[in-house]
Amino acid sequence: MTPPPSTAASAAPPDLLHSEAEEDLRAAVRSLLTHRGAPASVLAGAESGRPYDAELWRSLASGMGTAGLLVPDKLGGQGASARETAVVLEELGRAVAPVPYLTSAVLAVTTLLGCDTGDDEVAAPLAALAGGRRVGALAVPLTTPPGAGQARNVRVAGAGRRPLLSGEVTAVAGAAGADLLLVPADTGLYAVDAGGEGVRITPVTSLDLTRPIARVTLTEAPGSPLAGPGRARAAVDAALLAGAGLLASEQLGVAEWCLEETVRYTGERRQFGRPVGSFQALKHRLAALWLEVASARAVARNAADALATGSADTAVAVAVAQAYCGEVAVRAAQECVQLHGGIGMTWEHPAHLYLKRAKSAELALGTPGRHREALARLVDLPGPQD
Amino acid sequence: MSSTHPGPADPEAADAAGLRARTAALLAAHDPATTPRLDFLRARFDAGLAWVHFPAGLGGLGAPRALQPVVDAELAAAGAPGNDPRRIGIGLGMAAPTLLQYGTDEQKRRFLRPLWTGEEVWCQLFSEPGAGSDLAALATRAVRDGDGWRVDGQKVWTSSAHLARWAILLARTDPTVPKHAGLTYFVCDMTDPGVEVRPLRQITGEAEFNEVFLTGVRVPDAHRLGAVGEGWRVARTTLMNERVAIGGSAEPGTPGGTRETGLLGLVADTWRAHPELRTHDLHQRLLRLWVEAEAARLTGERLRQQLRRGRPGPEGSGLKLSFARLNQELSGLEVELLAEDGLAYGDWTMTRPEVVDFTGRDAGYRYLRAKGNSIEGGTSEVLLNIVAERVLGLPPEPRTDKDLPWKDLPR
Repeated sequence: MTPPPSTAASAAPPDLLHSEAEEDLRAAVRSLLTHRGAPASVLAGAESGRPYDAELWRSLASGMGTAGLLVPDKLGGQGASARETAVVLEELGRAVAPVPYLTSAVLAVTTLLGCDTGDDEVAAPLAALAGGRRVGALAVPLTTPPGAGQARNVRVAGAGRRPLLSGEVTAVAGAAGADLLLVPADTGLYAVDAGGEGVRITPVTSLDLTRPIARVTLTEAPGSPLAGPGRARAAVDAALLAGAGLLASEQLGVAEWCLEETVRYTGERRQFGRPVGSFQALKHRLAALWLEVASARAVARNAADALATGSADTAVAVAVAQAYCGEVAVRAAQECVQLHGGIGMTWEHPAHLYLKRAKSAELALGTPGRHREALARLVDLPGPQD
Repeated sequence: MSSTHPGPADPEAADAAGLRARTAALLAAHDPATTPRLDFLRARFDAGLAWVHFPAGLGGLGAPRALQPVVDAELAAAGAPGNDPRRIGIGLGMAAPTLLQYGTDEQKRRFLRPLWTGEEVWCQLFSEPGAGSDLAALATRAVRDGDGWRVDGQKVWTSSAHLARWAILLARTDPTVPKHAGLTYFVCDMTDPGVEVRPLRQITGEAEFNEVFLTGVRVPDAHRLGAVGEGWRVARTTLMNERVAIGGSAEPGTPGGTRETGLLGLVADTWRAHPELRTHDLHQRLLRLWVEAEAARLTGERLRQQLRRGRPGPEGSGLKLSFARLNQELSGLEVELLAEDGLAYGDWTMTRPEVVDFTGRDAGYRYLRAKGNSIEGGTSEVLLNIVAERVLGLPPEPRTDKDLPWKDLPR
């Protein structure tokens, strides 16, 4: 009856609140997004065919220095942690902002941090991504869960001085518009210039208009080796774990906006002679959703804190966050569409942008079901034998 | 009342080191190995180490509430006796905070010490057959009678009434005003003539609750809490503390608890011990509930951290909702997991337990008892309305009875 070690809460309880400095960061990001990222302009940008809002990205990434939050000072970053990065993602989720923050500042940056940062081939691109001067993308399908194993789609020929990469990777988020691709291949991890020879990036019409995906096709594309196979695998897995844990904060932001906007709307919209938000059937749904959002906030903070402190509990915290927050964001966006009535179905109202982001993010970096399966192993609750 | 309790100005005691020193002094003067249990508890109360956030002289030191675990840990390590908070939960969780806020100095001095030590058990005479969720509709009358009141009526769902020395009592003192305005709050002596307690048997077979019949019970005016007609305001203090007490008990979502406490722990242990009982459907549901219980635990932990920083959040209202839903789903899953053993039930004999035991006995009992979690202490439906209106600010339900005199309400 003694629980296994992984089910015991860690000795130091996680800090689940936001510090004053984190709230200041939130206020700054929110102010920028309010001025530059109104839903109407998000929609216009999404229809323009541009992969992301370059001006917003510049202000956010280099102007405010948020692209380097995860990177130590001496490597050209801000020397902050996953906790601050999570706050930025909460706000980006609230604004369903079309910027490559998760893909470049989280996934690509953490992948490079997992390599030998004493090596110039790693340190130079890392500093460029941290400074917001270049945009990176990790060339794996966005649906890849942490621990998914070795990449097999890309093969390397001509190893040594001039490795040439060939293969195809589908559903890569942030590839279109990226300057630098980090490509896991059979013999390790490579940096590939996105505009270089042998690289074709084909945008795919994406369910999520604000985080488009693309197919990356490499035909003897020259790459610079960043890490051998063992280290590459560890670096990519660490990046996917950090990405999954921090995506929960973005999902929290999506859910928060959907709940707040729906509460505001149902408090104003009148039918049958009174605000629709005074009908008990709607009130109970919104109160239940509030409860889920409040729990998502605790769960997402727990994952961010675990990543920031390198807690032994990180794998469990991330799996719980992804198993929980993905579904909450989708439910919040679905309720937002439903409780706005016909207006929720229109192209003009931003609710659809949130629904599309929420549903795509639910698939990203492992579905809730995949994360529950991971938990079954992590906390010793195995399934039936067959 | 005591020679050892500190004066109000005791800055040293307000920090962890000061509390440790005081605890050490208490243990030195009253060795738990040789001191009778009640004597130790009384000495602990008098040393201000019962509930450190209470005022000096009333079992506390005016210290931050968050420092109580410092004292509890030191005393537990020394093998000191506890005050059995489950048996006296209503007194500790509901009567005490209300007495502290609304009681006179004399009432506080009289009631708090034996309440905390468990010498006197309390019960709560609130709910009535015709006034559950709509508690302010209650009909028990209290009529002026010299320097006191004469009380007549019937209460129901009263935990511990058969053990209680005292009750907090909500009664109607003015039927000519709207229902919320005509209530007054009293302390009722359960040993007085006219108080009759009858067991109320429930779906589990046991009689955990009681019906209480009040016939011409005389309550002195000195046992009134708060002003005449202010009973609803006083009762709200009790009710808010009741939800905190229920939502924060040792169950899924317990603030500060570890993983797999309460029913989740029982189900997970059964799961691990019996591979032959596993099915894919049960596995999926168990994993979902595990995640939800962990989310509730972290929500409670976050609330606790907010409180510690002096910024209480509204999440407390939600914890009881989570607790009720999780307990019901987990106990239902447990019955299914047990297969043929799930068809059996431990014992239908009527018993009168002294403590509420959500996790004891067998799976069938837990399944049936958990059904009460979404009814007692505020139904989930009422709590969802409270969240929607007070937290989210949604428009209130139309209320046709709000301004009518109570005597004119259709009943």
